[in-house]
Amino acid sequence: MIRAAFTAEKRVVEPTLVEAVFTTMLVHKPAGPPLRFIIREDQLCGEFELNVKPRLHQAWCGCRLVVGSLRERNLNSDEKVVYDDKARHMAEQMVIAEQRQIAQRLREDCDCKDGMFPRRMISSRRGFLVAAGSLVGAAGAATLAHAETAKAPPGAEFFTVPDDPTKEQGRPVADQSYGTRSQFETEVRVRYPTPNANTSWSLTPLDKGLGNITPSGLHFERHHGGIPTIDPARHNLLIHGMVGRPMTFSMADIKRLPSVTRKHFIECSGNGLTEWNKPTMKTVQGTHGLLSTSEWTGVQFATFARETGLKEGAAWVLAEGADAAVMTRSIPMEKMLKDALIVYGQNGEAIRPEQGYPLRLLLPGYEGNTHIKWLRRLQVSDKPFMTREETSKYTDLLGDGKARIFTLDMDAKSVITFPSGDMKLPGPGFYNITGLAWTGRGRVQSVDVSLDSGTTWYPARLESLPEPMCTVRFSFPWMWDGKAAVLQSRCIDETGYVQPTLKQLIAIRGDNGPFGSVYHLNAIQSWAVSEAGDVTNVHA
Amino acid sequence: MSMRRKYLALAIGICLFSGGASAQSRIDHFGFGRDATADEMARYFAISPSGAGLPPGSGTAKAGAAIFANTCAACHGDKLQGNPAKGIGGDRLIGGRGTLASKSPVKTVESYWPYSTTLFDYIKRAMPFNAPGSLKDDDVYALVAYILSEAKIIKPNETMDAKTLPKVEMPNRDGFVPDPRPELQLYR
Repeated sequence: MIRAAFTAEKRVVEPTLVEAVFTTMLVHKPAGPPLRFIIREDQLCGEFELNVKPRLHQAWCGCRLVVGSLRERNLNSDEKVVYDDKARHMAEQMVIAEQRQIAQRLREDCDCKDGMFPRRMISSRRGFLVAAGSLVGAAGAATLAHAETAKAPPGAEFFTVPDDPTKEQGRPVADQSYGTRSQFETEVRVRYPTPNANTSWSLTPLDKGLGNITPSGLHFERHHGGIPTIDPARHNLLIHGMVGRPMTFSMADIKRLPSVTRKHFIECSGNGLTEWNKPTMKTVQGTHGLLSTSEWTGVQFATFARETGLKEGAAWVLAEGADAAVMTRSIPMEKMLKDALIVYGQNGEAIRPEQGYPLRLLLPGYEGNTHIKWLRRLQVSDKPFMTREETSKYTDLLGDGKARIFTLDMDAKSVITFPSGDMKLPGPGFYNITGLAWTGRGRVQSVDVSLDSGTTWYPARLESLPEPMCTVRFSFPWMWDGKAAVLQSRCIDETGYVQPTLKQLIAIRGDNGPFGSVYHLNAIQSWAVSEAGDVTNVHA
Repeated sequence: MSMRRKYLALAIGICLFSGGASAQSRIDHFGFGRDATADEMARYFAISPSGAGLPPGSGTAKAGAAIFANTCAACHGDKLQGNPAKGIGGDRLIGGRGTLASKSPVKTVESYWPYSTTLFDYIKRAMPFNAPGSLKDDDVYALVAYILSEAKIIKPNETMDAKTLPKVEMPNRDGFVPDPRPELQLYR
């Protein structure tokens, strides 16, 4: 018996039956034609079980299920959506994960919000423990029913809610506490379901983000060998290569050096990689969640460079992490001496383990992969080292078969986070459209919003002063008349660069992405609002 | 107070102020950190396309085949074809030549990687996934020889070492262009 999750596209559904063609990418696939079986039309996603010999289980655990007429799609040579096996598999898995996430959301308890701000159902084991514990005290069936739904989300603690908080004492001030968020706040990071959780990424829930700063516990992650546990007392930074004096700095040494504190975004250049060929993810967390902003504290690389000295001809710096991937990237010296930071602080406390505790490289406006976490070594050189990440991974294959290398800057980009995909507007009336804009080439100059798919643009309001290489929240007052609309935002940065459309980007880079041009998708995002108020991800 | 006396007072003030500042000596270096030891630096490596950083040792495809079967095939497939299974997700390593300009590009060591030295650096650095950094240098050379040989980039009997490896010409060596962004087409 094997179990597998699957998903399907509605547009290929036949009237009463969906034919499923079950194929495998694995070597061990038995010879012969692909397996077929029938599922019901309404089972467009979910899980199925199949009676097969146990021996085959392992051979099939990487299989994917294609619902619809596979052969017909292949016959159509003009078919634009081309993913290779791995890309398609990952995109399908991500859709499944998102659907699971959406399915966990609570139905709103009043019509007033009507799905506008979906809240997630809480499903931790803690809830059961709380329920079991409260039974001992007293209270009976009502308490049990209540306790069953009263489960604290990650990062929160469950407390019984009084009928009137003014009629009884609240919780006492705790000594030696850290604090938790409210048990009613449910947003979490969602992991992109790569086959291996040790080399994977998780996305920030931008749909519920407020202001500019991402809470440290919701900062997106990308790890290539898991999250290492590092004792700062045993962690050093070695600086060597083309320097006058090779030096080692302990964490204590580093913290005694003059520091700076700056707000910067980090964006993975793979942000939105599912969105090149068709709108794939439903939510803004799925389409744009590899973006987070923090206040970072640390020492400028220039300060270290003066301590060690730099030799004539020093032009690149290899940064190396102390994780199982021993991640390495080569960074131009020009960037290192311009604004690179060696940071140990994030949002007022030590950086989180997922963000590189105790030390990370911070390269304002550069693609996320270069911000080496768990930084242990900087090797100064005259040439780049051509590491695996900077040659075979974070390069942009174009339609003509050539690939761009060292595409380090993140171009100007913006996205509307409210309203955004999978939300529902309850009816005509006032909505405060809001979102984030950012650029790796300086400050955001201005942001425009369109309500008609980019035909007309209106200036948005910036909610704070734009800072260099930092997100800024924008908003736009919208009186919705109840007619269908397509909402877009575009960022103009201080260089005068205007955020392009997807069509413009594809005209330049070709349409062979994912796994052609995967990275640096900074196109304008479109959210369609239907007359019923449903908000969906569209290419417009 | 006359103008002259005002200036005098100001001058005295400046003298006093700068006198106070001179109590702190000039900062040339902060005095934190220490000289890195040779041992310490020898623990780390990074191999560049010139071959700088390659350790002594050597290996052949024949030796590599046996190591690959034991150490690598579970994730990368016994034909180096990769394994996307849950919990594994090893990349495909060979094949895909001639696909880069197509609508289904297949990016592998054979079809995409521009430098042979990167393969040595990465295997020594981070492989195998379940025991990173555990391979001996001879084993790494042998695995590199095996993968390059299976990819038909070197002959099956060629030995890989610090001299021969940097000379291996990868098929996609000239497949990369510098970042032209901001893209001029966006300014039309």
